[in-house]
Amino acid sequence: MIINHPLLGPRDASEFTYLGDASLIDRPDGMAENAADAFYDYAYLRDNPAGEHRELWYHEAGDRSWLVVTRNTLTHEISKVELARDVARARGRTK
Amino acid sequence: MTQVNRLTGGQIDRNSTLNFYFDGRSYTAHPGDTLASALLANNVRLIGRSFKYHRPRGLLTAGSEEPNGMVELRAGARKEPNTRATTIEMFDGLIANAQNRWPSLRFDALAVNDMFSNFLSAGFYYKTFMWPAAFWEKLYEPIIRRAAGLGSLSMQADPDEYDKGFRHCDLLIIGAGPAGLMAALTAGRAGADVILADEDFTLGGRLNSETFSVGDHSAPDWAAQAVAELSAMPNVRLMPRTTVIGAFDHGIYGAVERTGDHLPSLPTGKPRQILWRIYSQKALLCAGATERPIAFENNDRPGIMTASALRTYVNRFAVTASPRVAIFTNNDDGHRTASDLHAKGVKIAAVVDVREDAPLSYDYEVLKGAQVVNTKGRLGLSFVEVALPDGSTRTLDCGALGVSGGWNANVHLTCHQRGRPVWNEALAAFVPGENLPVGMSVAGSANGVMSTHGALRSGAEAAAAVLDLTTLPDLPEAEDAPIALKPFWYVQGCKRAWVDQQNDVTVKDVKLSYQEGFRSVEHLKRYTTLGMATDQGKTSNITGLAIMAEVAGKSIPETGTTIFRPPYTPVPIGAFAGRMTGKEFHPTRLTPSHHWAKERGAVFVEAGNWLRAQWFPLPGETHWRESVDREVRQTRASVGVCDCTTLGKIDVQGTDAAAFLNRVYANGFAKLAVGKTRYGLMLREDGMVMDDGTAARLAEDHFVVTTTTANAVSVYRHMEFVRQCLFPDMDVQLISTTDGWAQYAVAGPNSRKLLQKIVDPEFDISNEAFPFMACGKITVCGGLRARLFRISFSGELAFEIAVPSRYGDALMRRLMIEGKEFDVTPYGTEALSVMRIEKGHPVGNELNGTTTALNLGLGKMVSKKKDSIGSVLCERKALIAHDVLKLVGLKPVNPEEKITAGGHLMNTDGPVDSAHDQGYVTSAAYSPNLNSNIGLGLLKRGDARMGEKMRLVSPLTALTVEVEIVSAHFIDPEGERLRA
Repeated sequence: MIINHPLLGPRDASEFTYLGDASLIDRPDGMAENAADAFYDYAYLRDNPAGEHRELWYHEAGDRSWLVVTRNTLTHEISKVELARDVARARGRTK
Repeated sequence: MTQVNRLTGGQIDRNSTLNFYFDGRSYTAHPGDTLASALLANNVRLIGRSFKYHRPRGLLTAGSEEPNGMVELRAGARKEPNTRATTIEMFDGLIANAQNRWPSLRFDALAVNDMFSNFLSAGFYYKTFMWPAAFWEKLYEPIIRRAAGLGSLSMQADPDEYDKGFRHCDLLIIGAGPAGLMAALTAGRAGADVILADEDFTLGGRLNSETFSVGDHSAPDWAAQAVAELSAMPNVRLMPRTTVIGAFDHGIYGAVERTGDHLPSLPTGKPRQILWRIYSQKALLCAGATERPIAFENNDRPGIMTASALRTYVNRFAVTASPRVAIFTNNDDGHRTASDLHAKGVKIAAVVDVREDAPLSYDYEVLKGAQVVNTKGRLGLSFVEVALPDGSTRTLDCGALGVSGGWNANVHLTCHQRGRPVWNEALAAFVPGENLPVGMSVAGSANGVMSTHGALRSGAEAAAAVLDLTTLPDLPEAEDAPIALKPFWYVQGCKRAWVDQQNDVTVKDVKLSYQEGFRSVEHLKRYTTLGMATDQGKTSNITGLAIMAEVAGKSIPETGTTIFRPPYTPVPIGAFAGRMTGKEFHPTRLTPSHHWAKERGAVFVEAGNWLRAQWFPLPGETHWRESVDREVRQTRASVGVCDCTTLGKIDVQGTDAAAFLNRVYANGFAKLAVGKTRYGLMLREDGMVMDDGTAARLAEDHFVVTTTTANAVSVYRHMEFVRQCLFPDMDVQLISTTDGWAQYAVAGPNSRKLLQKIVDPEFDISNEAFPFMACGKITVCGGLRARLFRISFSGELAFEIAVPSRYGDALMRRLMIEGKEFDVTPYGTEALSVMRIEKGHPVGNELNGTTTALNLGLGKMVSKKKDSIGSVLCERKALIAHDVLKLVGLKPVNPEEKITAGGHLMNTDGPVDSAHDQGYVTSAAYSPNLNSNIGLGLLKRGDARMGEKMRLVSPLTALTVEVEIVSAHFIDPEGERLRA
């Protein structure tokens, strides 16, 4: 596969390490009252779509940026590649 | 008797004669021959024995689809089993041997299998060897392995080199037949960057096997001229001897180029094969078509071949399989073979055509509406029996029979991304459907366009479409015959009629599969092994499907088809390995003290990619334990030095560095003072321990973090995840500095005295000025920048000192010189391990991915005052239950007895089984300080069971040892030495 890195252009997938569902960005607050339930969902429950999937890839043999790649799990077509940091910020994560 | 079957003409070089050996006999051939054509030229029809029944077999085809004609090529370490004779390019001195025969090819003892064929039919593995299970490994499997199977391995390492490479192009054209050549001309003339790959050593595909003309030339001449024009184009790369083996994601293709297989021996440094990864913008599949046989009784005798193969041998290689040939066909193409052979002077016994309206010939007899119902000849064909429409039979005397059941498009690569071929009624064949790999289009007979002119046009049009060209090049005149075929798959009433010759699957097996309920194509394939051999059923799948469809009373498209997966043809494992063999399998990382350690005679151990000194034997030491025990004693008595550079080092800088580490580590870091180091425990989000190490605060906004050697990469990756994905606005930067600093542990009561000799005098490292867990930037040896950490893994007064890597070797040598007065010893990973077990420090054995901080006795470290990774889920009920495993020390009641890592702990009385399991041993060593074997383990309620006696068992090795549960801190439990 080829991943079109937002900063570096098209790079071979072998330069990357795969993590999984991009929902891992949405880490709950560990100090919140419902933390136990929220973390159970966060750590163990994932969608497994046959189709578009947003997932985390790490450019380990490259610039070490984490990316959110939107990939069709049936065809491997990649429709979008974003810096995970931008996605995290857009989803309200800060410090 | 040399080359008795050689004819005139052909694309071979008669000016040169090559010698080769088959099964111990010497023969001659010419450049341009394949091993297959050379064997036929020398009247060798019998080539091997079949997989299951050991039936005599010869060649079926003239190409890479060959299921039968497989040999062991070359000798010694270069011996390669199951090599298709049809694809082996002849060279001088070639050695090949028949396989799967014993004692000889002509008399094979295991041909007795053929008489027991009733017991070896479809599903025989499942039926015969169900019970008892214990017999499988000891009795059945060795017998089957001896009886079935094909070539044998050399059992030696492959001496040849293989390589990998990467290429890019606008258009990859797969196959250089009429469609591929015309497409390449069209795209090349338009200036596109083109790669044209073909598995053959002569480009031209089917054109090389035909006698008709293309434009003003013979077909092979037109092909040669096209190749010459393409060779002159700088934007076109021709890759003969290159098989495109797979279509992968995003326009990436795998291809194997056989750079050395056609040479008697490889020039030094040249690879035998290259595995190319071709990145294409677009790809055009012009893989052609494969003729399929018809199944009839005893259709597997040497001499029975596809009609097109006979034609290829005659036209291209100037070889006939026999002076007297019959043809069995259901279509007009079979007649073309007959007329080509006749033109070359081969006697045609008759053309047997299943069609009542078959065309007649003035040159030879055509038997209309007739079928071949049986054949005779022990080691090769001598007669065929033909059933005529009036019910009578006739025997034809012939040494070869050409069979044509029509042509299958080579759709294989269109299926590699789940594309499903669709049935084409007119061709009675599957052609590419939708869902092709992204960027792929198909032209020529691979797309069901079977005439030569059609292929030329389709290649040009496809290339033009891909490149948005508006005009097509002029196309040469060529044959444009319509398809004339009557679908005909097998002769009714036949039983031992082979469908898949490589896996010995017959018509009867396919019917049996249906009878026994294995009716879907996927079940048929797995139950009978139809199409599961190395040829992936190129000549057999469709026939098998057609028979299944017929017995099921369905149409072929209703029955469906299996699809193909890479590789298109078998690829040696060596090509996938490339240069990553032996020591090159992964990079070897050497520590800064490696060369010095080697001079000292150190014994090394692989730790991931690293080579680490395991121990340093002294003259006279004959057993590793002597060296290790001495290193431990010397270190605990005075001072020892160990290279710990391999630990991961991560530099963490930024105003939020402390806040960041506070998230990453389970224990608190926010308040760590500058100049102090803290042990850090890192959890995974699910609450399990991920790693441990230390973090030293060198400045308000600067930490140096260490990880275990094994987790250096994954911890860094994890920290980047936390930084970028969870806390994107923190002002913190990470960089791995593992290779940047050489780091040595200097441990033992005299470690300070030793260091004081090299640390520059302006730095006070006394206990008062530089207490336990202190850290700082210093200089050594008169101005060399260094970092000093007062941390201890051994439990002794100890330091770790780091200098830039390039000074690592010098620093080690200096420490050894300065340490002489203290009787300093270097120590390796074994002594390191003994001392950490004596001290009860957990490492990878204990941090095994299933343990929590609580299990390791570190539960109190997990801060409840903050939100850190894993802090929530480590509190799950089952993880904090009253009987969870706890880290303990283990001592055998008899100190001579061994503690075995991996052994399990059981109560003194009661059964030994998993239901009564109390825990397990994680680490074991001999402690020279305690004069006893000792171990660490994880035991249910371990912390509450000090002094208890237990049984340590290992049922696998019949071991039972009585052990006592003790504190994991065998040495200096109060930590007084550390603080001295």
